[in-house]
Amino acid sequence: MSGWLTRNIPKIVVAPSLAAVLFFVYGFIVWTGYVSLTRSRIMPRYDFDGFGQYVKLFRTPRWDVAMENLFVFGLLFIAVSIALGLLLAVLLDQRIRAEGAIRTIYLYPMALSFIVTGTAWKWILNPGLGIESVVRSWGWESFSFDWLVDPEMAIYTVVIAGVWQASGFVMALFLAGLRSVDQEVIKAAMVDGINLPRIYVSIVIPSLSPVFLSAVIVLAHLAIKSFDLVIALTGGGPGYATDLPATYMYAMAFSRGDLGQAAASATVMMMTVAAIIVPYLYSELRPRHD
Amino acid sequence: MTDATLTSAPAGRATRRGIVRVALRGLLYLLLALFVAYYILPLFVMAVTSLKSLDEIRAGSLMSLPDSASLVSWATAWSSACAGIQCEGLQPFFWNSVKMVVPAVFLSTFLGAVNGYALSHWRFRGANLIFALMLFGCFIPFQVVLLPMARTLGLLGLAGSLGGLVLVHVVYGLGFTTLFFRNYYVTIPVELVKAAKIDGAGFFTIFFRIFLPLSPPIIVVTVIWQFTQIWNDFLFGVSFSQAGTQPVTVALNNIVNSTTGVKEYNVDMAAAIIAGLPTLIVYVLAGKYFIRGLTAGSVKG
Amino acid sequence: MKRSVLASLTLIAGLGAGTALAEPQAEVLHWWTSGGEARAVQTLMDEFQSNGGKWVDMPVAGGGGDAAMQALRARVLSGNAPTAVQLKGPSIQEWYEEGVLADLSGVGKVEKWDLLLPAAIAGHMKCGGKYCAAPVNVHRVNWIWANTAVLARAGVSIPTSWDEFNTAAVKLKALGITPLAHGGQAWQDATVFESVVLGIGGPAFYRKALVDLDPAALNSATMVKVFDQMRTLRGFVDSNFSGREWNLATAMVINGEAAFQIMGDWAKGEFTAAGKTPGKDYQCNPTPGAGFLYNVDSFAMFKVSGADREAGQKLLAKLIVGENFQKTFNLAKGSIPARLGTPLGEFDYCARRSAYDMDVAASSGTLLPSYAHGMALRGQQAGAITDLVTQHFNSDMSSAQAAKSLADAVANSR
Repeated sequence: MSGWLTRNIPKIVVAPSLAAVLFFVYGFIVWTGYVSLTRSRIMPRYDFDGFGQYVKLFRTPRWDVAMENLFVFGLLFIAVSIALGLLLAVLLDQRIRAEGAIRTIYLYPMALSFIVTGTAWKWILNPGLGIESVVRSWGWESFSFDWLVDPEMAIYTVVIAGVWQASGFVMALFLAGLRSVDQEVIKAAMVDGINLPRIYVSIVIPSLSPVFLSAVIVLAHLAIKSFDLVIALTGGGPGYATDLPATYMYAMAFSRGDLGQAAASATVMMMTVAAIIVPYLYSELRPRHD
Repeated sequence: MTDATLTSAPAGRATRRGIVRVALRGLLYLLLALFVAYYILPLFVMAVTSLKSLDEIRAGSLMSLPDSASLVSWATAWSSACAGIQCEGLQPFFWNSVKMVVPAVFLSTFLGAVNGYALSHWRFRGANLIFALMLFGCFIPFQVVLLPMARTLGLLGLAGSLGGLVLVHVVYGLGFTTLFFRNYYVTIPVELVKAAKIDGAGFFTIFFRIFLPLSPPIIVVTVIWQFTQIWNDFLFGVSFSQAGTQPVTVALNNIVNSTTGVKEYNVDMAAAIIAGLPTLIVYVLAGKYFIRGLTAGSVKG
Repeated sequence: MKRSVLASLTLIAGLGAGTALAEPQAEVLHWWTSGGEARAVQTLMDEFQSNGGKWVDMPVAGGGGDAAMQALRARVLSGNAPTAVQLKGPSIQEWYEEGVLADLSGVGKVEKWDLLLPAAIAGHMKCGGKYCAAPVNVHRVNWIWANTAVLARAGVSIPTSWDEFNTAAVKLKALGITPLAHGGQAWQDATVFESVVLGIGGPAFYRKALVDLDPAALNSATMVKVFDQMRTLRGFVDSNFSGREWNLATAMVINGEAAFQIMGDWAKGEFTAAGKTPGKDYQCNPTPGAGFLYNVDSFAMFKVSGADREAGQKLLAKLIVGENFQKTFNLAKGSIPARLGTPLGEFDYCARRSAYDMDVAASSGTLLPSYAHGMALRGQQAGAITDLVTQHFNSDMSSAQAAKSLADAVANSR
């Protein structure tokens, strides 16, 4: 091998992947950005038309609902998944009998898509079929759990199902983190007579901060892409009370034949994502390695 | 480990402590059991429904056990349920998925390993920027890329083929696989690489001789992740396939999503479980290694 | 590395491509995947194959055709359009404007489609004056289905006005019967809405508001009355209606839990499957008021290359409008033939009534396209209206506010 080749092998190896990402991710983002400035209908057209699609987008009440839902859903989904995942990891870390089996049960929802579990979830949350009717049949006649059909509450059922899917995975992340905490530090604390909850709160959990970051990244990624979840559970209803930007965009692109509008909503969505992710990436990668 | 405190009570008040301890343990198991119920419920509903007859489903309660369990619906879902005109069940589509998922998982994992290795131990100028660019790609909503991707696949001559689907899944899996391997490899000491370089080992020698043998834990994590993502994908599957290459999720959707006609819920549920079975099995069998792999370094942001 | 990947990918693709055949061939994209519908398409496939054709089935169910439309766009953009696609109404024209539809005027001429198809339906099938799609059926949308025994028990008769309906519903409700079986999905809300617009505003108002999108009609006193009636209907559905599939709503009428359902004639298939007889166990009647809202399913043919596929398109188009297919398909699907003069002897009472009403409506100018089922408007406008209708039905929005927002939403959607 020549010297040049030897020196540049790492770059040559990464180049195809980089090229693919530049083209298939960034190229397509640029494409979408341009289409959002056209009046594309059922198929893309490339005549420049200005910012009309954005004016239309921000005048559409349904879009407001979708963005509001993304924030409500995203925040709750991430917060509850982390809280529950951490709790389960701590509980499982207490030398539990049959830990393997319990862990697998907590983890398996991540293996299934909502294409698979959607119908079952719909039934469980449906007041006439699921939990409400079962509890009532046990004799608690006034029991009520009808969030699925309540426009104000339906988005929270989406959170319940979303948390169901992701929290086990978060549990696995935290459990892995707990298992790699330095045991000497904990033993030292115990010798000092600090009780167990205090040890967790002030020593163990703070040492898991990298895990929190990984969990937030994975969960944010799932929240933004949540699509199957809403389609399977509520179809965006009642009305359009549980619409998310991804479902709005999909409806515009494929059932309304309004690609320009879909592209505008996608662009706003991408900018929202960038506003959250880019500062994170910057802070993660900048100080440590450059 | 950390619960060592619970067994190290001073001898004097051992009995009272013992009672508290038993109560606490009981509470612990109760909590764990409650959560087991929460997580298992949907799968339980699916399983019992798939074993019931249609009449029993209509008449009975959602969560009751079947009067007489029958695997008829499972057989129907596998080999004779109608997805459109053809009534061949999930079977042919299942194999389409297998043909798609195996090369896609292999390629994206391999590329992720090489990228992660190059980006973590051969830090050239811009390596971090490249990594950031790849990572941000994980967050792109897939609905955005459907149409330009369709055009691109057409130009490449891959439209409607399994090869096209493989390409799509490899490209959009790169971000995560690179992330997993890079974060794993940064924990491997730099000195190891330096020593090997002094011995005259090149880029690939070091990769295949040193890094790959150290990688099984993270390979397990990556393979599980990619396998799950690709097997479960519906959006790409429905867009970039044609008759004969549709993956199992698309067929499942066709069987379950009827617009008219009598719904055979037992068959729907059996089909759903069958479609989810491969990923489920992977999680059950490899879940242990999954957690171990995560412990082995991938969690360190 | 990458090169070899691409090479191997191309190899895989090559293996799947198959060999060219000289026989007529058609890859058919549709979303008729279930029970009666699948059987109905099956009749077409059988006839196609017995005429020497090779049928490649491409079903994509979900979202009332949304998933299929997604697949279609991807296929067209990648230069790999299916031969025939289940498309209808103005969306046929939209695809024509993209320059991707094939010309069927040759088949139309030989088969004399101009004489065999009602003018209103033929209009939907033509692109720039030439045939580009073939109709398979006519569904009537504005039906009200009723359980005979339940009506008898409550002592109410089939309502002929919305006021009568309201009176009957109050009676039923007092007896603990759900007056209106309804599924809270946007398209079902829209289906009820358009029947109410037709019943309260009349056919001329319907045309002005939901076909011509006249702002004065959209934000009018009549439209306020329509929304008032929608609000009243909201009180007549059960509390658990949200997200329900339409066929489960039909089941409520079948088993006597509910008295009425407003739904297109595909609901008949559910009654038939449950072993019920029209006129005896259940009643099919037009919704209160005059007029006939139609929903015509059709197949559009896309531009394809290769003599075998072109031959496949022509054969398929010819068979679709053929008398045999029109009869067997519609017997299976519950609709009526689009082809004039198809003998209706084997059809049931509801279908014959539908065919008779369609003739009357056609001659009196009250044969109108269904907006809720994509026959009257393009996607953006229809979608904007449906968003508002479902939002009103699922909230406490006032009728006046709804009418005003309706006009605004339509203006914003252009």
